[in-house]
Amino acid sequence: MSALDINLEGATIIAALKSADVEFVVTLPDIVTCDGLLWPMSKDEDFRLVQVCKEDEGVSICAALSYGERRAILMMQHTGLLDSINAIRAIAVEYALPVVMLVGLQGMEPGRALLESDSYGIRILPPLLKTMGVAHKVIDQDADTDDMAEVIAQAYQQSEPFVFLVSRSPMAPEEGQGQ
Amino acid sequence: MMKRDQALKTLADYYPDGIVVPVYQAAFDWMGIRPHALNYLCTGAMGQASSHALGLALACPQEKVVVLDGDGSLLMNLGSLVTIGTAAPENLIHFVIYNGLYEVNGHYPVPGGTSIHFADMASAAGYRRSYRFRALPAFEAAIVEILTEPGPIFVELHAEQGEVYPKDYVAIHSAASRARFRDALRDRVRGS
Repeated sequence: MSALDINLEGATIIAALKSADVEFVVTLPDIVTCDGLLWPMSKDEDFRLVQVCKEDEGVSICAALSYGERRAILMMQHTGLLDSINAIRAIAVEYALPVVMLVGLQGMEPGRALLESDSYGIRILPPLLKTMGVAHKVIDQDADTDDMAEVIAQAYQQSEPFVFLVSRSPMAPEEGQGQ
Repeated sequence: MMKRDQALKTLADYYPDGIVVPVYQAAFDWMGIRPHALNYLCTGAMGQASSHALGLALACPQEKVVVLDGDGSLLMNLGSLVTIGTAAPENLIHFVIYNGLYEVNGHYPVPGGTSIHFADMASAAGYRRSYRFRALPAFEAAIVEILTEPGPIFVELHAEQGEVYPKDYVAIHSAASRARFRDALRDRVRGS
């Protein structure tokens, strides 16, 4: 199967987020996930959207929401994750708070392993997250979302951060699908 | 210029048991003036207090949330003014204690010194109302209105160091502080 044959539906991810009781979507638009996820989620009344001006705000917002027993997803581009390292280090890791991030890999080549990407910013993500002790999973096709709700639930139960790395643009749901 | 401890004592008199997110020097003073389990002390990274406060305000719309920001801290997260102005939580009151200094980092001046108009920025960013106080009597006269009108409200307090309180760095990063807040918030929300 070629990289072009692989399917990743936005509706599948949205369904997984709903299944995980994610209520708040805290976001700064990312080119990988904007059409297939952010736009449809913006129109979905099951989600409450919080737009941030800089990604590290979102780390704090998600952490604080967890004190009120509200679940959130922080959606951003991988450059935003890199820009938020200190907030993730202090608030998510050292404070052991459930900040769950959905990160678009801008510039990722379909079908390649992250460590083989031509993008330096993408290549360093797996070792960087490992060094920080932050678990992650690559979302490249629908099958990768099978345990997404379970992983989010576990992050909240164990009060720890988790990063989903979205390596290709999810296809936008048909109108009304995934809602 | 008013003394910071006097301003904080005024706030504590009228806001004795609600959620407060204080940072650095204001946190050290506030812990001495109003020790309370609903003090959210662990903001982790400089500049993030206003964002934590927004998260709390959204999570607990029935609770008032007060943030005691610093000028240097707010300068590090100015975009949060627009984020808060856009989210528009009615239960958020954002104070900035303005002395023009990185007080816990060597008393070095902040960029802009004391000529920054934070309150004007907040209004332009979408806060429902903004105040600026340089004298304690004016602040005392307005405190009830500040605490009762719908937010988001911004309050620029020009204040210099007053009574000195211990710098308890352990408390502002400790797991015990976080657990105490979590338990207190759960009790408050379930009891309301």
